[in-house]
Amino acid sequence: MTMLLAVRDLRVSFPGATGPVYPVDRVSFELARGETVALVGESGSGKSLTGMALLNLVPAPGEVAPGSSVSLEGTEILKLRGEPLRRIRGARIGMVFQDPLASLNPVISVGDQIRETIQAHLPLGRREARTRAEALLAEVGLAGTPEGYQRYPHQLSGGMRQRVMLAIALAAEPDLLIADEPTSALDVTVQAQILTLLEGLRRARGLTVLLITHDLGIVAGRTDRVLVMYAGRIVEAAPTAELFAHPAHPYTAGLLGSLPRLRGPRQPLRPIPGQVPSPGDWPAGCRFHPRCAKSFAPCREEPPIVEVAGGHHMRCWLGKSGDSA
Amino acid sequence: MIRWLAGRLLQTLATYALAVTLLFIMMRLTPGDPLAGLSDERPLPAEARELLRRRYRLDQPVLTQYADFLAGALRGDLGVSIAQHGRPVTALIRERLPATLLLGTTALAAMFGIGIAVGVLQATRAGSVTDRVLGILSLTAYATPSFWLGLVLTWALAIEWHWFPVAFMHAPLLDPDAGWWVRLTDLLWHLVLPVTTLTLVSFGAVARYQRAAMLEALGLGAIRTARTKGLRDRSILWHHAWRNSVGPMLALFGLWLPLVVAGSVFVESVYAWPGLGTLAAESIGSRDYPVIMGVAILVSAVVIGGNLLADLLHGWLDPRLRPSQ
Repeated sequence: MTMLLAVRDLRVSFPGATGPVYPVDRVSFELARGETVALVGESGSGKSLTGMALLNLVPAPGEVAPGSSVSLEGTEILKLRGEPLRRIRGARIGMVFQDPLASLNPVISVGDQIRETIQAHLPLGRREARTRAEALLAEVGLAGTPEGYQRYPHQLSGGMRQRVMLAIALAAEPDLLIADEPTSALDVTVQAQILTLLEGLRRARGLTVLLITHDLGIVAGRTDRVLVMYAGRIVEAAPTAELFAHPAHPYTAGLLGSLPRLRGPRQPLRPIPGQVPSPGDWPAGCRFHPRCAKSFAPCREEPPIVEVAGGHHMRCWLGKSGDSA
Repeated sequence: MIRWLAGRLLQTLATYALAVTLLFIMMRLTPGDPLAGLSDERPLPAEARELLRRRYRLDQPVLTQYADFLAGALRGDLGVSIAQHGRPVTALIRERLPATLLLGTTALAAMFGIGIAVGVLQATRAGSVTDRVLGILSLTAYATPSFWLGLVLTWALAIEWHWFPVAFMHAPLLDPDAGWWVRLTDLLWHLVLPVTTLTLVSFGAVARYQRAAMLEALGLGAIRTARTKGLRDRSILWHHAWRNSVGPMLALFGLWLPLVVAGSVFVESVYAWPGLGTLAAESIGSRDYPVIMGVAILVSAVVIGGNLLADLLHGWLDPRLRPSQ
């Protein structure tokens, strides 16, 4: 598989009371063309900010720190400004967000919000772009009729709005789709419909997908690989099946342990004690060690990245001592 | 839609009827005598006074006078001026209205044009030096009394430097047979200072509202989506952000619209501009009841109509406010 996106040492800084804080701190990963990868973490882990940084859209006053690199087939996105950057957004990388009502423009018809995306990137006239927008509406399962085109976001249900967001994100035929909690604001039944739609669109277009979520439940069976993020860092990366079968990092094990299971013997849920510290309060060494049941002396030092199995890495001292969790 | 519009119109008419009644009552509650000014400082002989009271029907009960006024107004007859010895009020208004319309429309367009541009510029650079300097300048201008600014501009630009005429709408010595081009440039030349004065003292209000509304609009999730879609900056700024900020601007526009017919008493006085503003001020001073009422019903019609227009425009620009089909 050829590499589509390579992220190296991505750091996002925000001004803090005592100097800059780094909610995303030296994150590195790669996405192969056609791959579906989940970026999993709790609120405050930095996963959404990582997604925004891939489009060079870190909200002010945050900024991408020097030395960070996001390379899309050799093009360094973080160095782009103006028109070349605009040509990446939407055209090479599309994005959908958690809350489709807040993300759509309330005063522009949904059809026009798709059409303008097409016209921003493809050399099409208004009429052709409109025809294409209607086809996209039909493709995401909405009426591709003039009436469907003319509807406004407030006239649609949550699931329909997220379908519109998907149509917008795919309007200019991007290679990569970043889906940031695409189903978290939706009812469970609608969640499944949207995920099925996403899977269909991915297959039909050969999309590469980065699925950002806090919900491990939607990751299994739908993704090729999982990146687990904690306190601004990726702590474990593994093929999805491998991660669910053999979680190596105590944090990942904790996440899985706090998920209710339908099969197997009944066990009480084991939540991870405490919560993610905020970026200014990250402990030295392993950032998870104050909440970790297995922490021991070396955890106060920066943990090494160890390969647990083929393609399965984690950032933890346990791997070093040979005691895999 | 039709039902909603009919209801809204009915509501507007009821408001208008109430406003006209209150105006009439308040005018008659104000102390003063319309006949006092007719004989300069000398007392009016009792017979002459009685004659005039009968002639202007001031001897009738106030309720009868109100009924007479309403009956006349519905026929398009606003009675005759007392201070100007029986000249029809409609003729007086028709004579003064064009000057005020010209000044008011030009000033309204200029203040909203400049105010919107300044407010949008400030919002896009919120917190910068440009933002602060423009904020101070527009607030200072807004806090400046119009008559004082008018006098200063007249002194500097008209009396000292002779760039613009001191007063009036036309040069007094202009050849009455001059061509239309000469008359037009002469008119525009006389228009510059009054329009500048009105615009300078009022654009600050527009700019402040626009800055706040635009800042709020720029923070919408829809703007983040517009950026991730790769739209051009101009489209993001105006088509996406500005259209979401028009609500307060339309409300403000509805409030300022009466300027077009009411004019500005101070500015019209400083520049001896022959408009309705000065007519209103004169008629209030001399308790010229019919003229006061004539101007007042015209102005309140525009006040109420302006608000209706603002509501209709807002519904047109924001589909969420349209009555559901």
